[in-house]
Amino acid sequence: MRRSNRFNALLALFASFASFATSPSTAMTVVHTEKSLYRNIVVYEESGERCMSFTRRNQTTRQTCQFLSDPNQFVFTYTRMMMGALYLNPHPRKILVIGLGGGVLPMALARMFPDARIDIVEIDPAVVKVAQQFFGFNPSPQIQVFEEDGRVFVKRAGKSGRQYDLIMLDAFDHEYIPEHLLTQEFLFEVKALLTPDGVLAANTFSSSRLYHHESTTYQAVFGSFYNLRIALKNRIILIKMDGLPPLDAIKANAVALEEKLKPLGFGGDWLLPLFSTERDWDAKARVLTDQYSPSNLLNSLF
Amino acid sequence: MHRLFVFLIAGWSGFLVMAIELLSGRILAPNFGNSIYVWGGVITVFMLALSVGYLLGGRWSLRDPSLRRLASLLIAGAVAVIPVIFLADPLLDWLFDRIRDPRYGSLASAALLFFAPTAIAGMVSPYAVRLLVNESRHSGHFAGLLYFVSTFGSAAGTILTSFYLVLYFEIDQILAGLIGVSLLLGLLALVFGNFGNASKQ
Repeated sequence: MRRSNRFNALLALFASFASFATSPSTAMTVVHTEKSLYRNIVVYEESGERCMSFTRRNQTTRQTCQFLSDPNQFVFTYTRMMMGALYLNPHPRKILVIGLGGGVLPMALARMFPDARIDIVEIDPAVVKVAQQFFGFNPSPQIQVFEEDGRVFVKRAGKSGRQYDLIMLDAFDHEYIPEHLLTQEFLFEVKALLTPDGVLAANTFSSSRLYHHESTTYQAVFGSFYNLRIALKNRIILIKMDGLPPLDAIKANAVALEEKLKPLGFGGDWLLPLFSTERDWDAKARVLTDQYSPSNLLNSLF
Repeated sequence: MHRLFVFLIAGWSGFLVMAIELLSGRILAPNFGNSIYVWGGVITVFMLALSVGYLLGGRWSLRDPSLRRLASLLIAGAVAVIPVIFLADPLLDWLFDRIRDPRYGSLASAALLFFAPTAIAGMVSPYAVRLLVNESRHSGHFAGLLYFVSTFGSAAGTILTSFYLVLYFEIDQILAGLIGVSLLLGLLALVFGNFGNASKQ
């Protein structure tokens, strides 16, 4: 107890140095720390936001943030971009989210679609606990969490014939990629879970050499996709099983969804311009497979 | 010549074991994931296999120890890796359907795929010590030298595989390379090692 207090005090001191470096006017308070089998989880508050971070050195490793004044609004651009999946399928009924974080995405989906069933796969039980305690994540008959490896879940779900009309892949962060979740074989297993009109949204990378490999891998499995990209930040891949809808259809869905997305803090005027089908990667980049998947090494090369 | 081959085989078998151990995590991941207990299963099997190998290797060295037999151990170990290339996928799928718990799934998979080659590679070290030691007062010196060589080989196998080989080659290509080098070294030791030894005597 004493020791953990001292540790927290040290952390807070350290954190205040870190925040001083970025924005001198705000102080950062550590709300909670937790060691799991996989990582150290830190929950802290700063500038009116509460964030979950897997390491505490800098801000790029933030997993989830919420505005303290309005927890429903999305803080991260990438979560907003993930919602672009709804422009491809505006009425999902069976949703699978791989990677929980603070649970911001599934909670928003549950509010927007009270009739939808949402399955979530999260490998780290400590993340589930922290999401419940500090981020308002609330499993229910509608929202079920499976604490296991995403690959194992997907493979089993495929064998039992389970289907989803919306799948969100959100299992990576910038520090570490589970390499077995970024291979052609895995994406084929994911593809088998999608209904004939199902939609896949994948949160991936926009920088480093991995960008090219990841692009050719998705293309090898799914063909063309919408690429939502903010340079040097996030990159979201959007796929629809029965073919990419044209931008006109996307725009029509955006109009219909405008009211539902408003509480999240953005709308079509922000999201629509990001939709692109332009190929801006090296088409010769080697496809990642279960046999060849040095994703973390590639992510450190430029 | 004789000694050189003994050290080469000991160092290479250390390389082989660690390279395969690193790859085994990759091989199991598509079916059982990358959780901490998958690595737990893998490491448990490798440690058990090595311990059994040490025991058997020491025993076997009691009867007519020779470089020829040491070389045949390396060749047998290499041959035992071949099923990993051809049987891993069907075997892992078969186990995936039968064992729901990834802990026991990964333990069983690692045992079936990697126990035999690792145990055989483990036999090399004590057997090699026997070939090096002529007098009991030098036994510690040679055992130390041999541990050095074989563990140094393990370190080399670990860093080369995880830093570089996986960046350029597929898993099966790396395995084939490991098997190829083992067979080559084993055959060379059979031919030249004995020749050198015979000419010395």
